[in-house]
Amino acid sequence: MSHHHDGSITAVGTQMDSYYGRPIVKEPVWQPEIPFYFFFGGLAGASGVLHAFAGLVGNKTLARRTLLIGAAADIVGPILLVSDLGRPERALNMFRVFKVTSPMSVGSWVLLVSGSASNTAAALELMGKLKPVKVAAEFVSALAGPPLATYTGTLIADTSIPVWHEARHELPWLFGASAASSAGAAAAIAVPVDEAGPARRLAIGASVVTLGLKEVMQRRLGFVGEVYEKEEAGSYGRISKLCTGAGAALLALAGKRSRAAAVAGGSLVLAGEVALRWSVFRAGFQSARDPRYVVVPQRERKAARG
Amino acid sequence: MSALAQPTGSPAAWPDTYGDEAKPRMGFFTDTSVCIGCKACEVACKEWNLIPEDGRLWTGESYDNTSELGANTWRHVAFVEQRKPLKLDGGGETAELDAEPLRWLMESDVCKHCTHAGCLDVCPTGSLFRTEYGTVVVQEDICNGCGYCVPACPFGVLDKRHLPRKADDAPLSLPLLGKKEDGRVWKCTLCYDRLKGGHEPACAKACPTDSIQFGPLDELRERADQRLEKLRAERWNGAQLYGRDPDDGVGGFGAFFLLLDEPEVYGLPPDPVVPTAHVAEMWRNTAIAAAAMLVGVAAAFVGGRS
Repeated sequence: MSHHHDGSITAVGTQMDSYYGRPIVKEPVWQPEIPFYFFFGGLAGASGVLHAFAGLVGNKTLARRTLLIGAAADIVGPILLVSDLGRPERALNMFRVFKVTSPMSVGSWVLLVSGSASNTAAALELMGKLKPVKVAAEFVSALAGPPLATYTGTLIADTSIPVWHEARHELPWLFGASAASSAGAAAAIAVPVDEAGPARRLAIGASVVTLGLKEVMQRRLGFVGEVYEKEEAGSYGRISKLCTGAGAALLALAGKRSRAAAVAGGSLVLAGEVALRWSVFRAGFQSARDPRYVVVPQRERKAARG
Repeated sequence: MSALAQPTGSPAAWPDTYGDEAKPRMGFFTDTSVCIGCKACEVACKEWNLIPEDGRLWTGESYDNTSELGANTWRHVAFVEQRKPLKLDGGGETAELDAEPLRWLMESDVCKHCTHAGCLDVCPTGSLFRTEYGTVVVQEDICNGCGYCVPACPFGVLDKRHLPRKADDAPLSLPLLGKKEDGRVWKCTLCYDRLKGGHEPACAKACPTDSIQFGPLDELRERADQRLEKLRAERWNGAQLYGRDPDDGVGGFGAFFLLLDEPEVYGLPPDPVVPTAHVAEMWRNTAIAAAAMLVGVAAAFVGGRS
């Protein structure tokens, strides 16, 4: 982008006017807590689902450990969210209303249900008490899991940030896949290899889907998606590809035989999924900073309408 | 939910919810063709609304040192120096006779008080609400500083206030969670308090040229149409109404403009669309992604325990 003395800037080979090259939409004010929340919320949601299926097939070790992982992530998530608020002491104001136009409102309620259910189930599991209540709580947690793992993609899509809003078709899928990959990887680390088959397969499969979806998203975004090749979004994207790819390969090749390989592979996948959330998060900031990403698509839309 | 996606000319659930207290929809018509860049609006707004000083910066961008709307700037006067004639040929202006024509555009920007307001739609606490006048206001005693409205606004109007809390702010109910900065979002209230008292907003009151006109939106639209007709007859270069049309992507602005060049020249988006216009489609997509995640995790259990 080159700036001219009259405030116009050159965009994709055409002259585009701007106000001194200044942004049009505001950069988000969200802090590092938020991409980490995307990760932990996803881990919690997908672990709840993994736990439910492990329970159904009678894989007790996998069931117990995924329950504890999910409950722990369900505690970390809300702490991160409250910490990000400008007025943390007003966190409970999230529960004054329920609004379908606000994915953050819907998500707050989903998180409340998921966190209560998973932690109730985990506490009862540790105490070995009230089995029927525990089973009911596990069921609720499993149902809240998929919405918890996917709504965050829709949350950022429901904004005026071009690279997020235009990716509204892919983001809930991408975040859901990343969540499943994280839950699989965490369980593959925590569970002995001869009982961790489903966790490993989930980590490998979801990692492949995650990497594929991100490519699809970036290609379909076209001009607006070029921020994924640049600056922080680009760096995190490359780290994500490398770690997730290497971790999934390690799990596939040696995860069945060696616990050490499973731990290493699972850790790499987890690191890759954190990096993925950071790549998407920072892409939003970069997209907001450059007015071309707002003006050029809107001009095209207007021209197409005639 | 389907009603949300309808870009109708009147806000959702307004004014019916106000019953007998409903008022005609009030707004601004900012006619930039008579703006002289005096910034009386900026000053009057700051004074009346007790908006804190947020530092002084010399930008070198014509006479503009406030640069953009934000938490501490609710009226912002843009200055654009252009090598363009003020009037097209036949207008009889001296400018067109110059070999190098020069015009100096000035525009007092403000919150658009959209018919379909993204900020209001995404606010998870109900802090942002629509008043009986059809305007959009943040209730500062409710806002918990989640920041969702900031990237949701297609115009980049809202921002979080990072200045220190004031001494007379309400004491912290939970001091452990307190932060030192104000932490809430702020924007133009269209002087809700003055409207309640039967007064016009401070900026309109202070405007010496009637560039900022306040009144019932219907009347303002009529007046703007007449003004545009006159300017076009006088062959003013680039005269156009911005945000007057109830069929646009935000259902028309409550505060709209007469501009003398394309919107992006003033730092405004050329074809804004409220992000929640796509919310029904986004939730459908999220539900399918969530279901796919359930299936994906189940599939990981094919192939046994190890």
